[in-house]
Amino acid sequence: MADQVTVSRKAALTARGGSAEAILTPATAATRISLRAGAEALPALSAALGVTLPTRPKTSASSGQRHALWIGPDEWLVFDESEADLMAAAASSGTLHSAADISHRNVAVIVSGPGANVAINSGCPQDLSLAIFPVGGCSRTILGKAEIILFRTAEDQFRVECWRSFSPFVFGLLSEGAADAGY
Amino acid sequence: MLLIYCPYCEEERSELEFRGAGDAHIARPENIADITDEEFEEYFFLRQNPKGLIFERWRHIHGCGRFFNAARDTVSDRFYTTYKAGEPKPDVSDILQSEQNKGAAK
Repeated sequence: MADQVTVSRKAALTARGGSAEAILTPATAATRISLRAGAEALPALSAALGVTLPTRPKTSASSGQRHALWIGPDEWLVFDESEADLMAAAASSGTLHSAADISHRNVAVIVSGPGANVAINSGCPQDLSLAIFPVGGCSRTILGKAEIILFRTAEDQFRVECWRSFSPFVFGLLSEGAADAGY
Repeated sequence: MLLIYCPYCEEERSELEFRGAGDAHIARPENIADITDEEFEEYFFLRQNPKGLIFERWRHIHGCGRFFNAARDTVSDRFYTTYKAGEPKPDVSDILQSEQNKGAAK
């Protein structure tokens, strides 16, 4: 008889690191959806999700633990840090849209500290000065050779979303950048 | 770093976020099943590859994901203008005239 084995999910990222200038922490588990919808569906989707989907480039909207990030003219990343069921919420809107559950496709690294922008700029070409990339600003961009979604949650804190399989690379590059941020 | 203005993000971004996607304003023949092999070859394969001003499609693949069109100089790599997909092709003489005016103002 085979023994029964209980398997637990292994987190993609468990390391902590960085430097005094830029601290790196894996973000807690969250539910995420990649949402595509036309302009006429936005009011119903916003009501169903409980957060107003932003329509201006590089902007986001938050309501409690739930955040909606503008990615493209008809594309949003919606994530919920309390792991609420976003797929069910989107489906309850009753309007034409496409929602893909990407909760486990992405992982996120929180980069915080006075050198957070320097650490990210070690691999990301975007201007992260507060005037150009304010708090609440967000953008899909690149970090080295990996695509990331960057979300500024505070003046000295960013959330870096990346694909799960890219996370060791992203974490490693951010660690190098964080080590350099003090100089 | 070469900066490209994305008409959807309304901002200049690094070239690293973009990918070129060939010539712009290539209209697919509506009677594609009826045209001759030579006509298909001309539509599908043959491009001008001019020295100087060219109209191209670009995609902001590591950004908003949109295709847009750009007027670019193949010698200097300078982007004269970018505009959203579906918008009419800008007039060549207008672009070159405004470049001359810029040059004269300097």
